[in-house]
Amino acid sequence: MTALLQVEGLRVEIPTPMGRLHAVRGVDLALGAGETLCLVGESGCGKSLTALALMGLLPRAARRSATRFAFAGEDLQRAGERRMADLRGNRLAMIFQEPMTSLNPSWSIGNQLEEGWLRHRGGHRAAARERALHLLERVGITGAAQRLGQYPHELSGGLRQRVMIAMALMCAPALMIADEPTTALDVTVQAQILHLLKELQREFGMGLILITHDLGIVARVADRVAVMYAGEIVEQGPVAQLFARPAHPYTRGLLACIPVPGRLAPGERLGTIPGVVSPPIGTLTGCQFRNRCAEAEDQCATRAFELRGLGGSHRLRCRLGNAI
Amino acid sequence: MLQYALKRAVLALLVALTVSLICFLLVNLSTDVATAMAGEGATAETIDAIRHQYGLDRPLAVQYFEWLGHAARGDFGDSLYFHTPVAALVAERMPTTMVLGAAALGFALLLSIPLGVIAALKPNSWIDRLALTIAVVGQAMPTFWFALLLMYLFGVTLHLLPISGGDTWQHFILPSVALGYYATPAIMRLTRSGMLEVLESDYIRTARAKGLRNTSVLFKHALRNAVAPVVALAAVQLGFLLGGSVVIETVFALNGLGYLAWEAIGHNDFPVVQAVVLLISLVYIVLTLLADLANAWLDPRIRIA
Repeated sequence: MTALLQVEGLRVEIPTPMGRLHAVRGVDLALGAGETLCLVGESGCGKSLTALALMGLLPRAARRSATRFAFAGEDLQRAGERRMADLRGNRLAMIFQEPMTSLNPSWSIGNQLEEGWLRHRGGHRAAARERALHLLERVGITGAAQRLGQYPHELSGGLRQRVMIAMALMCAPALMIADEPTTALDVTVQAQILHLLKELQREFGMGLILITHDLGIVARVADRVAVMYAGEIVEQGPVAQLFARPAHPYTRGLLACIPVPGRLAPGERLGTIPGVVSPPIGTLTGCQFRNRCAEAEDQCATRAFELRGLGGSHRLRCRLGNAI
Repeated sequence: MLQYALKRAVLALLVALTVSLICFLLVNLSTDVATAMAGEGATAETIDAIRHQYGLDRPLAVQYFEWLGHAARGDFGDSLYFHTPVAALVAERMPTTMVLGAAALGFALLLSIPLGVIAALKPNSWIDRLALTIAVVGQAMPTFWFALLLMYLFGVTLHLLPISGGDTWQHFILPSVALGYYATPAIMRLTRSGMLEVLESDYIRTARAKGLRNTSVLFKHALRNAVAPVVALAAVQLGFLLGGSVVIETVFALNGLGYLAWEAIGHNDFPVVQAVVLLISLVYIVLTLLADLANAWLDPRIRIA
């Protein structure tokens, strides 16, 4: 499989009054066409900033750097804002966590769907409208023609997220990044949206990067998983392998937090990971998870850990691993 | 939208009626009209005669409805000082004030909206600080004093512009700038804060995620949402400007409504004062109504209310 996206050494740094925040620290990602990669981690682990960095949508103060950033055979390492804007909404698309606020309240759904197409493909509005209508129907919105004239406040959250998906699909992107697309939605709607995303991915042959903190979602949709902690990938691998043999104490902790009906005795407590993520500010040494890790040793505070292979494409950033 | 417009219009009509009542009572309760009309040193018989002649001895309610009935037909009685129909006086002076108000608002918007947008795009830059300075100075400086400074600089020292009268369009430049500058700070600060807030919003990120050009993100997606409160404010400001024109018209000797009001107050010319106050209030109400409708057009969410 030829790689659609190849990123190595991706870093995002943000200056703060307390010092430099190393929000993303040397992240490597590779994704093939039609493949689904799940980025997993707690709030503030850098997964959303990783996605924004890939899109070129970082906040103004943030600085992005990478030793390699190739998309569909094109080197984007030094691509300017103009080139990134040409790709965004065209070859690269993104949907966000908050469908309620991600649509502009002042413009009709139709107008907001059409403008991306008009920007990248040009031509007449009629063609854009036809495409918008087709996609609204495709994402399962009934009465699509009538919806085009409606405004965001007239639609429910689930409908708005469907509109966002249709909007991202307008120019048939090669890569779609979905940042917690179902977090703000009802559980029943969540399942529908995920199912739809997978279906559309197959239909369009898109690469999909799905960002989530919900391992239940990961198990259902991912081909591969990358677990992030404090701006780094601490473990990654094929979903089956990672779920069957989680190697990093953090990954194991996350898996222990999922309630599994039948496996958990009534009244038994769910697993928790004690402590909170310490913000990666200033000079960082050793493993950032060590303060919350039951298996931490002295060397964890001083040694620099690299991602190393555990067989296949399963990789781990921890002193453990061989023991398992 | 039509239903919303009708609701607003009915509301505006009710406000107008209330204002007319206040306008009538202000003059009739603040002084004894007959005594003031008779002038100083008038005998009690003379005052009584005047009171009877003008029907001022009747109940206030009767007087109000009679006045309102006439006013609705454009009849505000005769001026006590000019001895001509008030309506004709007002009609003659109205255009000057309207031109001044519109030009002042135009100047204020042209200065404040671009400055506010640029200040929001580059917060804490030199242009943001310049905009802040302009706002602080504009808020702190009395209008008449700024008017005098302008007259001194552009009229007396540089001989570029006329400083008195209203014969040509050049005569309106300095008064419009002096009056408009007064409205600039509030509009600019509101534009800036609105833009700052909107630029941080999720839908701006969505617009950028579509790869839209900066101009499109800025004007189509950001400004339209940021400017809605500015529209309402601008309408209110224009009302203030019409009120403020009393000072400016007097300073620049422009023969408008403001100047007429000033003359009328000086001469106890009650019918004229009443007419001018009522008229400016009505203009204010109409402006507010128009602002509400403009906002409903800008923001579809308002149309449901």
